[in-house]
Amino acid sequence: MGPSREGPEGAAQAAIHQVNRAMSDKRQLQAEPDTDEAARRLNAVAAEMHFGPETPLALDSGVSLAPFTIAYQTYGTLNAAKSNVVLVCHALTLDQYVASRNPITGKPGGWWPAMVGPGLPLDTDRYFIICPNVIGGCMGTTGPKDIDPKTGKPYGLSFPVITIGDMVRAQAMLLDRLGIADIFCVVGGSMGGMQVLQWAAAYPERVFSAIPLATAARHSAQNIAFHEVGRQAIMADPDWRAGNYLAEGTTPSKGLAVARMAAHITYLSEAALHRKFGRNLQDREKITYGFDADFQIESYLRHQGLTFVDRFDANSYLYITRAMDYFDLAADYGGVLANAFKGTKTRFCVVSFTSDWLFPTSESRQTVHALNAAAANVSFIEIATDKGHDAFLLDEPEMFATLGGFIGSAARRRGLVK
Amino acid sequence: MTAQDGTSAFGYVQNRVDLALIAEMIAPDARVLDVGCGDGQLLALLARTKNVDGRGIELSQEGVNACVARGLSVIQGDADADLHDYPDDAFDYVILSQTIQATRNPREVLTQMKRIGRHVVVSFPNFGNWRVRLQLLWSGRMPVTRTLGHDWYDTPNIHLCTVRDFVSLCDDLGLNIDDAVSVIGNRARRVGRPGSIDNLTAEDAVLLLSRKS
Repeated sequence: MGPSREGPEGAAQAAIHQVNRAMSDKRQLQAEPDTDEAARRLNAVAAEMHFGPETPLALDSGVSLAPFTIAYQTYGTLNAAKSNVVLVCHALTLDQYVASRNPITGKPGGWWPAMVGPGLPLDTDRYFIICPNVIGGCMGTTGPKDIDPKTGKPYGLSFPVITIGDMVRAQAMLLDRLGIADIFCVVGGSMGGMQVLQWAAAYPERVFSAIPLATAARHSAQNIAFHEVGRQAIMADPDWRAGNYLAEGTTPSKGLAVARMAAHITYLSEAALHRKFGRNLQDREKITYGFDADFQIESYLRHQGLTFVDRFDANSYLYITRAMDYFDLAADYGGVLANAFKGTKTRFCVVSFTSDWLFPTSESRQTVHALNAAAANVSFIEIATDKGHDAFLLDEPEMFATLGGFIGSAARRRGLVK
Repeated sequence: MTAQDGTSAFGYVQNRVDLALIAEMIAPDARVLDVGCGDGQLLALLARTKNVDGRGIELSQEGVNACVARGLSVIQGDADADLHDYPDDAFDYVILSQTIQATRNPREVLTQMKRIGRHVVVSFPNFGNWRVRLQLLWSGRMPVTRTLGHDWYDTPNIHLCTVRDFVSLCDDLGLNIDDAVSVIGNRARRVGRPGSIDNLTAEDAVLLLSRKS
């Protein structure tokens, strides 16, 4: 823990205040019924799984994390054979609310409304969909903003560093606890796609089909560089307090907002920015010869930064970006990516997007090459779009058509549909 | 290749004879790679009739989509760029149906196919066919025929060859010709090793090749 401006007692008081606030948030989160009619049709259920001191999470760093909680959402109904499970892995700043109202932002329909629902590629009338918040996250799963039972204070930077492998190990523990042996389909984009690849490599016998979207088997130098800019922005904010801001009652909003603004640019593309904003001015006729947000793109980015700080914990951002940086699947298998998939029976569908410069098609092709070298069942498609990395979250009819076809044929193989 | 009408991007009407001939050459339960698999007709046929473990490579997004939707494992890519990434002996058969004339480097493509497959199946339109020869001789213009449906300026067929040219390349690359079929209209004739008559009469040729040991 970093230095505290107040005495230890003051810090403890603030910590307790923080716990109470978190608890009341949580109560509200659980008590408030999801009145959304659409959510009822999806059979959306919010749940938490607690793992006590007797079942620690063994982290790649060598540290054991216990106790811990995984917050997750489910949609649809688990069949008797437990063979219709779809695991959705979320991206860096997303959460478990894949298809229902996010209680923090109030955003209805979740972050993947065109993908998950009755009659959609992830058909809630057919599949049982589980979406857990990743370990280290800030939406109910244990992360740095939670209380360390050893100290009674928020973990802050004393939270252990986590990896993509740790996220997936925690998810496997959740499925074990739910009595689910294997997954019909594991799907995710970006960091979610990294988890998909990790699942397929670490638990090949548990994964029938896998859909890594807009992702890579390792984080590139350029992407680590972008993450480092974001982290430094957070750490440069005086309100970050060496990671101890919760105990000290501050919030590094400015740093986190800048981190979000920089990252958001990487999720788009030059063409999409030009199409949406061009050099258009924001609510004014002329430039003002000052540093106001003259341009629409500036105003848009500022808005993105501001809204992000209301829903995301700055330390969580540090930890989760680090997990992505550390991801290098081949390194865990003797430097040869194909070895990660040796003998796999999993059916893969790899998807990339032409204008994605964060996880360009060349990265997906490397995964495909490795899968080919491992004689895996792999399909690959590059979707033509100008929407950049975020395309996987947006309305891309070709993507839905491909994934609908892939999931449908996998379901026939699995005997889930005639 | 479009999924709807069975017409390839190369203006070649994918005829069932060609597919059936190739299917006949494939042993049951084999591992097969179809390079330029279009909408997956051949792979689907092979899966149905020969129980093969099939994979495909296809350039067009709609072709890949059609394949994936029918449950085939197909990656978006092309013969020139993507064969390098497969390991040696990855497949029992590597098939290139009506595509070699559209590749940038047919010799390299064939070399790669030979490396990754124990057997290689190639079908292509024969530029040595008598109609082609006569059209060029009489009209003095680039031939346009049933199997070569494009004008010179918009044809994707940048490396056309005759049956004799192809046989000569196989000899160069150390490829045995294990079987060959000459296709004229809807009729197919098994010819063993193609000769001068086949070079004159065949509209299409289908060859089964293997590495010389």
